[in-house]
Amino acid sequence: MNTFPRRFFYGDIPGDNTGGDSTPTSTAAATDWPLWEIFIRSKQGLDHKHVGSLHAADARMAIENARDVYTRRLEGVSIWVVESRYIHASSPDEADSLYEPAADKIYRHPTFYQLPDEVNHM
Amino acid sequence: MPVQDMEKIFQDTVDREVKIEPLNWMPDAYRKTLVRQISQHAHSEIVGMLPEGAWITRAPSLKRKAILLAKVQDEAGHGLYLYSAAETLGTSREQMIDDLHTGKAKYSSIFNYPTVTWADIGAIGWLVDGAAILNQVMLCRTSYGPYARAMVRICKEESFHQRQGFDILLTLSNGTEEQRAMCQDAINRWWWPSLMMFGPRDTESTNSDQSMKWKIKRKTNDELRQQFVDMCVEQVKVLGMTLPDPDLKWNEESGHYDFGEIDWNEFWAVVKGNGPCNKERLEARRQAWEEGTWVREAAAAHAAKQQSKKQASAA
Repeated sequence: MNTFPRRFFYGDIPGDNTGGDSTPTSTAAATDWPLWEIFIRSKQGLDHKHVGSLHAADARMAIENARDVYTRRLEGVSIWVVESRYIHASSPDEADSLYEPAADKIYRHPTFYQLPDEVNHM
Repeated sequence: MPVQDMEKIFQDTVDREVKIEPLNWMPDAYRKTLVRQISQHAHSEIVGMLPEGAWITRAPSLKRKAILLAKVQDEAGHGLYLYSAAETLGTSREQMIDDLHTGKAKYSSIFNYPTVTWADIGAIGWLVDGAAILNQVMLCRTSYGPYARAMVRICKEESFHQRQGFDILLTLSNGTEEQRAMCQDAINRWWWPSLMMFGPRDTESTNSDQSMKWKIKRKTNDELRQQFVDMCVEQVKVLGMTLPDPDLKWNEESGHYDFGEIDWNEFWAVVKGNGPCNKERLEARRQAWEEGTWVREAAAAHAAKQQSKKQASAA
């Protein structure tokens, strides 16, 4: 039974399948151009945000295609592209050990502290 | 962990309205259903460029030409968002395109009808895109994350398509006698195929139950179709035109419009490849792919050459 995808995209790529070497890890489609993840900065002062992915032969083509595909309606002022296989990601299996410990540390939030009205805007 | 337990965790996640992401465990059938549905949807966007593309050179004004170009370019983009979403499920772009070209994968039958007059471009925008939007708005809440995100992006852009279509028909409906006749003729030809876009009746649809349980779909074919009819009956009044259905009647009891029987023989004939333009559409796609081979190869060769130049200068 095939329980996991053979190829990992959209930044959901576990580390053991990547690592930045130059040989493609995917053999599923040797003739497809590589996949690139696209990040767009919507305006100066904001972070680049992941918007999707596309295939392109090289970085320059990836940027040109990203401009046509993801910024047709003034959605961006700057584009980052990164080949999908260079992205490392945490595994969903580790979610409990990675994120659960933060759940009982509610004292990290400012709302944890009840202060007198006079200073409660602090 | 036994598969039954995995399936329970999966269904609980879906029931809690938590999105499923590519790396989460999912039943094989869920993955297969999504690949089929999303790739079919992507193919529809790509094939859908053909009937409209035929009118780019013949649009009645520079403004209409620029708008139609932008719309067709949007369809290409929508196809791409959807192909990317399907690829997260482990299928490759090349495999999907191959399945389309060999006839293994389907696309929406609506694009197997011809666009014989300019009014057809208006009718496609209003009716075909209008029907598609109802489906797509529902899919913005689908349980698979990448699909839902693609749909949100598409819906933001699709509204322009429907409005520009209505705008074309509205202009024609205020025109000469011939223009008004052209407008009514286009509505007459596109109305029934648009109703067929929602698929077989709920009692006949084999995929519906499971898709609802997995929250891939949120509304049944018949629910969406009814919503569409109710919407269009009101909108067509603004055009001063009519819908070609003598059985169309307000039903006080149900609070909806009753409508006539769809010609299901025609529906299945077109699905099975015997519509007016099935062969022409597939042939156009195959030809575009084959004639683009040298471009893809040249781009790959150029990229490889640039890469080796870079490595040589670094060494």
